[in-house]
Amino acid sequence: MALTLISTDTSDGSDATMGFTSGIDSTYDAYEFHFINMHPENENAQFSFQVNCATGNTTGFNNEITSTAFNTYHGASKTADGPKIEDDKDQANGTAYQSILSRRTGAETKESVSGILRLYAPSSTVYVKHFMSQGQGYHFEDYSLTMYVAGYINATEAVDEIDFKFDNGEIQGGVIKMFGVS
Amino acid sequence: MPDIEKINNVAVADISKLDSITFADGQKVNNQSVSLVTDAHTFIADNSSDTTNLTDITFSSGIDSTYDVYMFDFININAATDNTTFQFQVNSTDASHTTYDDSAITSTHFAAFNDEPSEGTSSGLYYDTSRDAAQSTSGIPLEHYVGNGADESISGRMWLYAPSSGTYVKHWMAQFSENAQHNAAYSTYVAGYINDTTAIDDIRFNMASGNLDGLIKMYGLAKS
Repeated sequence: MALTLISTDTSDGSDATMGFTSGIDSTYDAYEFHFINMHPENENAQFSFQVNCATGNTTGFNNEITSTAFNTYHGASKTADGPKIEDDKDQANGTAYQSILSRRTGAETKESVSGILRLYAPSSTVYVKHFMSQGQGYHFEDYSLTMYVAGYINATEAVDEIDFKFDNGEIQGGVIKMFGVS
Repeated sequence: MPDIEKINNVAVADISKLDSITFADGQKVNNQSVSLVTDAHTFIADNSSDTTNLTDITFSSGIDSTYDVYMFDFININAATDNTTFQFQVNSTDASHTTYDDSAITSTHFAAFNDEPSEGTSSGLYYDTSRDAAQSTSGIPLEHYVGNGADESISGRMWLYAPSSGTYVKHWMAQFSENAQHNAAYSTYVAGYINDTTAIDDIRFNMASGNLDGLIKMYGLAKS
């Protein structure tokens, strides 16, 4: 496996959303997005993504997603638990932004979330689009929370745009790198 | 036309010049366009010069602001002492290069396992409260039940995010596959953060008890 860096999106400190509107096409069969210290404006923020089929169904960033989510957590003052299903983070053909990486990320200066999202064959016009993610976050109540999310975008049109945001407030720091998998 | 992997037993990817001519993207050879493929994983260092009977494997240089993401590949890590734990710790730039007890780490740790038929029929998925960490400055367990049998080892991958940050804690994630000392397959997932806002520049991997064999490769993921 070789990764080719396609594009980097660096937060300007006050982004409502971040993402990529070019570079997702048939050049690669799989794409990896690496998130480095995504920092929210507000405490208790949920990082998430949606996609658009700009040249297909053109419905915007509201495609149907079916997914699973589970997590584990632990901290100095938090009893360890998991792996446990996050049934408020999964979707069943929901059109909301899909939660990934972690949950309830903190907004204090040192707090953030990092991780990886893999998107498979986004240019397929036959299959739904599978994705998998793993993330590690600093929970706003001061403990480690790791979340694993996987699922599929239930669209057979080519996915060519992806958008990321926190569920409340801005993205006030962080870098997102998009790679193609050779 | 056939895909050519080697010329005169040299991998095509390793050839920088042909007949003293440096090639570039778009140049043509035999009227065929040259397309240079570069891997965003840049190899930084490994312990390939010495892979046996080691007290530990450390990387005390090469971790800095050059890359935002560092990736470690673990290839067949084998323990000298049976039934021990593979672990890591770090040093920050304001600590000694030798102490590995300066940065507190909080982590989660869970695993799936399945016995070989000769050992029984146990299988399961569980959170391991004895191997997670809560602000620990000791070795952080990455994989347990590591065996010293000739065919027993662990392999896996670990990511370390933005170790040079002077602002954020340092997130990391790891996944291992193991042929455990009691003849069972383990798939282990560990993640957490180094609760230190000072840059991290050293990392050490060792066994909780005894020496180790094996290879660890460190890569940087391209910034641009």
